[in-house]
Amino acid sequence: MEDIPSIRVRDLTRQFGAVTAIQNVNFTVNRGEVVGFLGPNGAGKSTTMRILSGILSASSGSAWVGGVCVAQHPHDVKRKIGYMPENNPLHDDMRVVEYLRFRARLKGVPGRKLRETVQEAMEICDLARTARRKIIGTLSKGFRQRVGIADALLGKPELIIMDEPTIGLDPHQIQGIRKLIDSLRGKHTVILSSHILPEIERCCDRVIIINRGRIVAAGTSAELRDEFLPGNRFEIEIEGKEESVTLALSESAIDAAILDSQQTGENQSKLLLRVEGTGRLGPRLIDALQKNESFELLSLAPFDPTLEEIFLAATKRSWEETIETKPKKDEPVASTAS
Amino acid sequence: MRHFLTLLKHELRMLLISPSTYVAGVLFLCLMGFLYWAILRGMVNSPSETLPTVQFFGVFWIPVFFVVPLLTMRSVAGERSIGTLDTLMTTPTSRIAVVLSKFSGAYIFYMLLWTLTLGFPFITSQLFPQAASTGALMDSASLYGSFLFLAISGVLFISIGIFASSVTRSQLVAGMLCFTTLFVVIVGGNQLGNISNSANDLAGWLNATVSYLQIFEHLDDFSRGIIDTRPFFYYASTGILLLGLSTLVIEAKA
Repeated sequence: MEDIPSIRVRDLTRQFGAVTAIQNVNFTVNRGEVVGFLGPNGAGKSTTMRILSGILSASSGSAWVGGVCVAQHPHDVKRKIGYMPENNPLHDDMRVVEYLRFRARLKGVPGRKLRETVQEAMEICDLARTARRKIIGTLSKGFRQRVGIADALLGKPELIIMDEPTIGLDPHQIQGIRKLIDSLRGKHTVILSSHILPEIERCCDRVIIINRGRIVAAGTSAELRDEFLPGNRFEIEIEGKEESVTLALSESAIDAAILDSQQTGENQSKLLLRVEGTGRLGPRLIDALQKNESFELLSLAPFDPTLEEIFLAATKRSWEETIETKPKKDEPVASTAS
Repeated sequence: MRHFLTLLKHELRMLLISPSTYVAGVLFLCLMGFLYWAILRGMVNSPSETLPTVQFFGVFWIPVFFVVPLLTMRSVAGERSIGTLDTLMTTPTSRIAVVLSKFSGAYIFYMLLWTLTLGFPFITSQLFPQAASTGALMDSASLYGSFLFLAISGVLFISIGIFASSVTRSQLVAGMLCFTTLFVVIVGGNQLGNISNSANDLAGWLNATVSYLQIFEHLDDFSRGIIDTRPFFYYASTGILLLGLSTLVIEAKA
């Protein structure tokens, strides 16, 4: 049972008339993982999520949730899923507790456990004391999102799918939702999509980048960094000429290239260096740059590319090239899982 | 079936807390009250062979044209446009239960409104006990017959509304589609009857088909206390067909 991945998707394709929303999507998500779905608008994130939750049928390919085929046993799959759609639609005229009880009944929670289940979901989402009897239509956006997440949590489903859970929230609310997702780690498998890349980076164990209906990258942030933006990066600030830095580095036999330079003041600039090699590169760089007297090193810091840069690099590659050179990106994950 | 009851309870609750339900109810009762009053006035001026209640139920089509679209246009189209249909579809609830609960909610309310109109003849009989004692106001056989007609024709009318609501995400389009279809079914059937009466050379089977679709004639029979099984079959089968189609549409267009 432990070996069965929470989600297994094979060659999933969905067409809307002449438009192909997703094509040959393959990925696997293990139990207890928090996985982020990244992609530009119209990339096929929502379509994939809707197919997984059984609302939409796929044109071809298969998807399994907890080892159950979505197309063959949609009812069984729906018992394993808590789904929060994009824009989080709710019945505005109902009270929070009434709505959650109604949803719990629909999800097949037995009558004697109803009160307890709803209370538990409300407590996890911090709704129990603040918004229990409030009418949903009068709630702030952050609380509405919490109600949506509480709904997805009802009945303790194995898999929770959240489509853009942090859209339209302020930074405080985003932080709250992030903590909430963190608290679900290990207990539930969570799939979420978001446009806010730092969000995904902080919340998720693994990221799947989807573009034009195809998966262009999958893995942890570190894996994606190595794949799309390899090499060590350092950001330095100097007072002096840029050319003298190149000279100093070549004199010290450090294989480095300047990726980006930015003038920060008179005779001062900020440079982004890509340095090849392994080991203690920082001290070597400091040594090399301090030796030269034609410029002065003001600061040096290792620079980790953000997920945003990885995302841009991954989606910049044409998808044809991506598919040809890396036929099945998630295969290593799939092979460990199945 | 447990899900059906949960959904039905939810539908009724939503109807009870929605202001549009009360607007539809007040409009309906005002209009029907006015019509009943107008019928009584007409009877004062010129004697009539038919009872006021029979005449009253004879104009059933006037409220049907606006109450049915108002009651049903929101049911599926409204849920689809705000997205709650999606969340409903992710629960292990069958589509049939969803459609049946929407239908039952609207149908129960529709019949409740008609039941409230029974107050008119009772109020009149309280005010004019003499007229009531002579049986000039109402007759139980015609009352039962008319109500049975309203109950069975309501199945078809509400099904039309639910089907219209399930094919679109716009409540306005659903309302218009429902109104047009009801118009075609009620008035169109009657017009076909008029045409067939004027054309004597209609084939026998065609004539039978046209008379089968005469909703006004069905009412005529029922209000006289004649309970025919053919209208039952017509309304029930068409209603079930439309509800079945709605289920398929919801499944395909989710």
